[in-house]
Amino acid sequence: MTTTSSEVEPAKQRGQPGQARLLGLVSRVRELGLLAVLLFIVLIVGIQAPRFLSINNFVQILLSVAILAIVAVGETLVVLTRNVDLSVGSMVGFTAFVTAYFFKELPHSNLLLGILLGCALGLGLGMINGLIVSFGRVPAIVATLGTLYAYRGLVFIFASNTTSQVNASDVPGGYLALATTQILGIPALILIAAVVAVIVGYFLHASQSGRQLYAVGSNPEAANMIGIRAHRLVFAAFAASGLLCGLAGVLWGARFGTVDATNATGLELQVIAAVVVGGVNIFGGSGTVQGAVLGAVVLGTLENALNILNVSQFWLQAIYGAAIIGAVVLDAFITRWLQRAILSRRKKA
Amino acid sequence: MKRLKSLLMSWEALLVVLLLVSIVLGAILSPYFLSGFNFYALTSNIMEIAIMALPMTLIIIAGEIDLSVASVLGLSSVVLGLLWERGNPMWLAIGVALLVGLVAGLLTGLLVTRLALPSLVVTIGGLALFRGLAYVVLGDQAVSNFPTAFTNFGFSPIPGTELPWSGLIFIILALVFVVVLHFSRLGRQLYAIGNNKEAARFSGINVSRVKLVLFILSGVIAALAGVIFTARFSSARPDNAVGFELDVVTVVLLGGVNIFGGRGSLLGVVLAIFIIAVLQNVLGLLNISGDIQSLAIGLLLILSVLGPNLARRIQVVLARRRLAVGSSKQL
Repeated sequence: MTTTSSEVEPAKQRGQPGQARLLGLVSRVRELGLLAVLLFIVLIVGIQAPRFLSINNFVQILLSVAILAIVAVGETLVVLTRNVDLSVGSMVGFTAFVTAYFFKELPHSNLLLGILLGCALGLGLGMINGLIVSFGRVPAIVATLGTLYAYRGLVFIFASNTTSQVNASDVPGGYLALATTQILGIPALILIAAVVAVIVGYFLHASQSGRQLYAVGSNPEAANMIGIRAHRLVFAAFAASGLLCGLAGVLWGARFGTVDATNATGLELQVIAAVVVGGVNIFGGSGTVQGAVLGAVVLGTLENALNILNVSQFWLQAIYGAAIIGAVVLDAFITRWLQRAILSRRKKA
Repeated sequence: MKRLKSLLMSWEALLVVLLLVSIVLGAILSPYFLSGFNFYALTSNIMEIAIMALPMTLIIIAGEIDLSVASVLGLSSVVLGLLWERGNPMWLAIGVALLVGLVAGLLTGLLVTRLALPSLVVTIGGLALFRGLAYVVLGDQAVSNFPTAFTNFGFSPIPGTELPWSGLIFIILALVFVVVLHFSRLGRQLYAIGNNKEAARFSGINVSRVKLVLFILSGVIAALAGVIFTARFSSARPDNAVGFELDVVTVVLLGGVNIFGGRGSLLGVVLAIFIIAVLQNVLGLLNISGDIQSLAIGLLLILSVLGPNLARRIQVVLARRRLAVGSSKQL
């Protein structure tokens, strides 16, 4: 009797880390697979159109996904906790418009002040999301669907009381330069996105709160039992998503110069596509920042490749949709395959 | 007595009050509100959303969601337009448009049931995919030279009434859905699935098949809404009804359906449809732009869940305090 129980016990204990290891394995396989897909696209398109392979074109691709990547990093934090933030497009649109308007009205003000204003506005909007979700107990999908509408409505109210459109000629060159400056030959926009990704990635990987985010997402009850304050973490994740949307909005205004109340509409689709393609589990608990960034880069590369191959831009949205569905289908198959592999190895042992 | 009290305290009762208040407000704020023509305008404006809300109610009660409905609407609309422009008879164009909806729903349903994928992600993918295909089919073109019989169906009320033809379709569909959800075995199964999928499966319900049917139904009805939308604007464009999925989900949740499944009624959803219709209409009569109306809808959506949550919490706090006071008195 004692022998059987001593045999059963360790097996049970192995069961739980096994699950976590499985999720970790899935995301590692996913990231490597995604890299392979990226290389495959680059190779195929490069053979068809050699100019696709120029350094200049790669910089163009990275420039086009820098803002998307920043928002996707914030979305990753939220999705890891088993929530979703659908209001990102409206938050970026809101901060882009307000920041551009600020620089139009006060062209001689300090550049940093405007950036901080945009980030603070984003943080505020994200905190409202967090309050509604974690303290109002409203499901994230409902809450952020609501704020997607509401924040966009606020942009329109703001625009109807001020100006319908801010043009690139209205804002000081210093603001626009945020998107065009180069540091050591690398565009600042790309550097900013990279710094954000590295900081948040390191935080998730190494800090206590970062690990707790994974715990909350993979098993909320267990996280609660070991004393993790899930409410605060979820609130913080939404606030961080808002803050990064604020930063993205500031950069959006600088990159495009001309902004109206509809800017960044529908961005949430691309962001969720990037996150899901990047292997972040929509049910929380697994996924990485580098995965989400890689997802954004793959989508940007696809868009660029369509351009270079002269495929109609009308295909773009359909390809985004197919990429989202393809990614989750692939996830399902990889998980099943790994599960089977682990099971059969255990049986042998 | 207790039953009467629970009836008066129900979400549906609150919705009735809300609807009455918004109608009274509308009548006070605008002299045109109570006119027959305004009733026609108000109804025909919301009918596509209303029709799509019926299968959405069933899907959400069963614990899933379909965010691709507006894109299926757009895709069926451009398929209809393209076939008509290429010289096909109207009945064939409409038939193929509905078939497109069926295939879209089948694809979503198979992905959700066979591969056990989350419907939230699958249908966000479908939202992009089907809208994208609509652009692929028609580009930035629009088809608008539809036959008079078809546009009359979209433009004018049923002779002798102020009810649009789409309103009649909605009434018939709503009756069918009420019977299915509230008076049939399938309806009970939906609640069972939404409350506890595993338990439902163990009690012999074919969960996969029920869900597959729901998604196919949702696709076909979204395509039907696409036909109605095309007739109403006499225009088939790839960007038809962009963003309508949000309105559909909003009316269903405002109607008291639980986003996690298992709870809700079609009565509540129908009431919510008319509350939104009246609100949009009144704001429109007051010359408040559609974009600001979206602020009102967004707030309403959040409040419809936040309100009951907060009320429940306050009740708990009050009950505790009463308990504390009661025990201190005893001492």
